[in-house]
Amino acid sequence: MLLAALRPPRPRTPHTVVSFTSTFDAMEAERLCQQAGVPGRIIPLPVEITAECGLAWSMPPDDETRAAFLAAVEGHLVPDGLYTLLV
Amino acid sequence: MIYLNNAATTLQKPPEVAQAVLDAMANAGSSSRGASADDLAAARSVAGARLRVARLLGFEHPERVAFTLNATMALNTAIFGLLRPGDHVITTDFEHNSVLRPLNELERRGVIEVDHLPADSAGHLHTEDLDGMFRPNTRAIIATHASNLTGAVVDVAALARVAHAHGAVSVLDAAQSLGCIPVNMGAIGADIVCFTGHKALMGPQGTGGLAVSPGVELVPLVHGGTGVKSAEPLQPESYPEHLEAGTMNAQGLAGLAAALDVLLDLGVERVEEHERALRSRFVDRLGQIPGVEVYGIHDGHDHTGVVAMNLAGLDSSTLADRLAYDYGIATRAGLHCAPRMHAALGTLDRGAVRFSFGWYTTEHDVDAALDALCHIAREVG
Repeated sequence: MLLAALRPPRPRTPHTVVSFTSTFDAMEAERLCQQAGVPGRIIPLPVEITAECGLAWSMPPDDETRAAFLAAVEGHLVPDGLYTLLV
Repeated sequence: MIYLNNAATTLQKPPEVAQAVLDAMANAGSSSRGASADDLAAARSVAGARLRVARLLGFEHPERVAFTLNATMALNTAIFGLLRPGDHVITTDFEHNSVLRPLNELERRGVIEVDHLPADSAGHLHTEDLDGMFRPNTRAIIATHASNLTGAVVDVAALARVAHAHGAVSVLDAAQSLGCIPVNMGAIGADIVCFTGHKALMGPQGTGGLAVSPGVELVPLVHGGTGVKSAEPLQPESYPEHLEAGTMNAQGLAGLAAALDVLLDLGVERVEEHERALRSRFVDRLGQIPGVEVYGIHDGHDHTGVVAMNLAGLDSSTLADRLAYDYGIATRAGLHCAPRMHAALGTLDRGAVRFSFGWYTTEHDVDAALDALCHIAREVG
């Protein structure tokens, strides 16, 4: 715990953050992205989008990753929104 | 113990089920209530179970599979969520109290009117009477896929066709069918399918749910936290949270997902064939035992691996107790929560003994049950 406290803060960098209408869609996005090799991870839904709880998908902000994400989830789910935020 | 009470719950499960529950107990946090590695493990477990149920049902909307504690809670969710004041509902004499009692309660409150498609004394459901039972205000037909007493399979696709022709919703109680006979939502035409995890799906108790077709609107039965849209004053409209409030049973659903993996790999048709063969073996010899009366046998009709019978000179509870205590064979006596079916068969006063087979039942188990019945019949004959 002491070492963790001494660790310098991880710098927040721009990411593409995707919100969904349900937790199931967030978990589906994770599964589909892992299958398709799209980098990213699930994070708590940022308060910049809404303070209403939930999960979001965070990934590198480049256009190529965004396109790969949209291709991976197409036909499976419709994202609620895509944002560029510091994560 | 030879366990022939699989229509109540399957005692023997694939070993992967207990292991998955144990793993989830150690590693699964709170589904949809956090984004840590442990909490996401729980969310993956729940989402994985949803996907597998949808796959088994041939249902293209896994997000519209909502989990409940069991089929009873799923049916209550469907019935109380669907029906409105002034609605008329058609159900059948085959039904379990999980359908009958919610409908009776709504009828007692003066909310709905209910009619029952009749079964005769041979346990045959008169589906030809159905068309004439519809009224302009008939909202739904709610029917079991198979009698939990006699195992007789209902032509639910035919019921759904008639329901849709009258603009009504088709609700299927698949508690006795999902996992042991194919249930394809589209092919059957079911708008809502209610199921449980602990019977033929071979999952843990405390798991079940309902699949709700798009376009069918349900008012939630339970209201509360969902982990999403927390500022909204009412239950979210989006599925599955619309019908799921409170912390999910992530451990149980991990077990259900493991069971579904086994079942999907195995193929429900193999389970169906196995149980049908055991049933034939049992019924063929059962008829040769003096004093035995078997209920609801219909040549040419499908049955699940369920048989109801009585032995002359013994009430059903005494016979079930003899089988359990003296022979180590588990069955179920009484009315099986199916009072209207027992009334149709004329067994409301004495009940019946139900033998129900599962994927892990063997021919040896069936023969042991027959031998025990022969011994008892000789004693009382």
